[in-house]
Amino acid sequence: MATAQTRNLARTMMAPAVVLLFIWMIVPLVMTLWFSFQNYSLINPMMTGFAGLANYTYVISDPSFVQALINTLILVLGVLIITVIGGTFIALLLDQPIWGQGILRILVISPFFVMPPVAALIWKNGFMHADYGLISHLMRFVGLKPIDWFAQYPLLSVIIIVAWQWLPFATLILLTALQSLSEEQREAAEMDGANAVNRFWYIIMPHMSRAVTIVILIQTIFLLGIFAEIRVTTGGGPGFASTNIAFLVFRTGILSNDIGAGSAGGVVAVIIANIVAFFLMRAVGKNLDA
Amino acid sequence: MARNVSTQAKVGFTIGAWAIALLLFSPILWVILTAFKTEAEAIANPPTFLPEHFTLENFGAVQDRSDYIKHVTNSILVSVGSTLLGLIIGIPAAWSMAFAPSKKTKDILMWMLSTKMMPAVGVLIPIYLIFRDLHLLDTVHGLTIIMTLINLPIIIWMLYTYFKEIPVDILEAARMDGAELWNEITHVLVPMAVPGIASTLLLNVILAWNEAFWTITLTSGRAGTLTAFISSFSSPQGLFLAKLSAASLLAIAPILILGWFSQKQLVRGLTFGAVK
Repeated sequence: MATAQTRNLARTMMAPAVVLLFIWMIVPLVMTLWFSFQNYSLINPMMTGFAGLANYTYVISDPSFVQALINTLILVLGVLIITVIGGTFIALLLDQPIWGQGILRILVISPFFVMPPVAALIWKNGFMHADYGLISHLMRFVGLKPIDWFAQYPLLSVIIIVAWQWLPFATLILLTALQSLSEEQREAAEMDGANAVNRFWYIIMPHMSRAVTIVILIQTIFLLGIFAEIRVTTGGGPGFASTNIAFLVFRTGILSNDIGAGSAGGVVAVIIANIVAFFLMRAVGKNLDA
Repeated sequence: MARNVSTQAKVGFTIGAWAIALLLFSPILWVILTAFKTEAEAIANPPTFLPEHFTLENFGAVQDRSDYIKHVTNSILVSVGSTLLGLIIGIPAAWSMAFAPSKKTKDILMWMLSTKMMPAVGVLIPIYLIFRDLHLLDTVHGLTIIMTLINLPIIIWMLYTYFKEIPVDILEAARMDGAELWNEITHVLVPMAVPGIASTLLLNVILAWNEAFWTITLTSGRAGTLTAFISSFSSPQGLFLAKLSAASLLAIAPILILGWFSQKQLVRGLTFGAVK
């Protein structure tokens, strides 16, 4: 069917995209790797030359690195747990016969369209502020002492903000998957006398498992790189209490101008992301065959 | 769709769903309300729900303080510019993969997807240094290039899944009738592909508009987009909650409205066609 001419044309049409993406992937990555083995500081130009593994040992032995790694894990897992469980629950609810489903969908999806720094600032000042935040008002109203969220629970505060942003995404994807479940299947189960709990575990859950997998994997990729929310709320602090790997690399490389150490941190981030990506590619690849 | 449930159950579900939806929406609602309050009213204790002294002065103050117009212009230039650029590069690539697939097509698609997995921090430092040396730091065109490259895989994937659904028979028929390749593209493919291209455009404008890593790290005063604009409000000064809310509303309103129209495409685009 495809003639040699068509094939050549197809190759030509693909070339710009392939070449650009190849450069985009390879050049900075090779540079990051190169820098990570160099003594390279923008503050101290005298410091040059091959550093061996010094940058890696420096970064990894730094207590802030271990904390950033743990914070990254807590942040990713915390947000995943909230969004997957909450998203499943809300998707099931929105799938019921209800009045105003169209408007409800719009309300639920809205947080996803709020850019990260705005989301962070809304929560920081409008909701979580110890004096005039809405949560503080409500707590005073019921007779509790308001919480200074970002000082007392910095990482939890960031998790709440990020979860708010990603809950709509999980809900929307799970709802889409839920609605593709055939009505016959559900009715058949209902006729056979399966109760709501059994229908959920044996009909809905198996059908949803792929959508859940995809939600987890895609969110993980974005959550590993959470940056703006931390930058405008806690600035990584107090101390390193809410610093994740992404923010640590920014702090070391750009704010402290230590290119070598920052690059070593970047390489570590790439390795972590690659492990996640490996699983996502397999999940999406399977779908491509189907 | 129409399952038989009692009215009682429907009322229960409706109340539950509305309660949760309003709870999720409440931060945005609060911003909208606060943006029209005076600074004193914004931090009043106990708080007011609806603005008692409805005012538009916050919006003027925001423009004076941080030049909203300049930032929104930059946001539009970068998000629309990078999306159009991405479409120009992506449409031919997606077309050839969908209609003239080879053994390698699947591998190429997966590889393109993999470039999206690379964490931005992993390449932040080299990109920053390259930009510094090429004088691209804090320029609109520099940022547009980066944004094109980060969204190109999503653009190609979305287009590919849409193009895949166009029946090949029609193209074959056109080819039989002796249509030139260019005519095949403009007269047969384009009309059928326009909805998919429009969806791709919409989603990618939204993604580029909200991108907050590269916009913050690579720009400052001149080429700052709305994400940079809003970040300048992160350190409070004096009475400012109402102004912050006005600034937030200005930053999110355009895309919120676009977003409401693109829910369906969102699912498809962000799951790389894995959930439709």
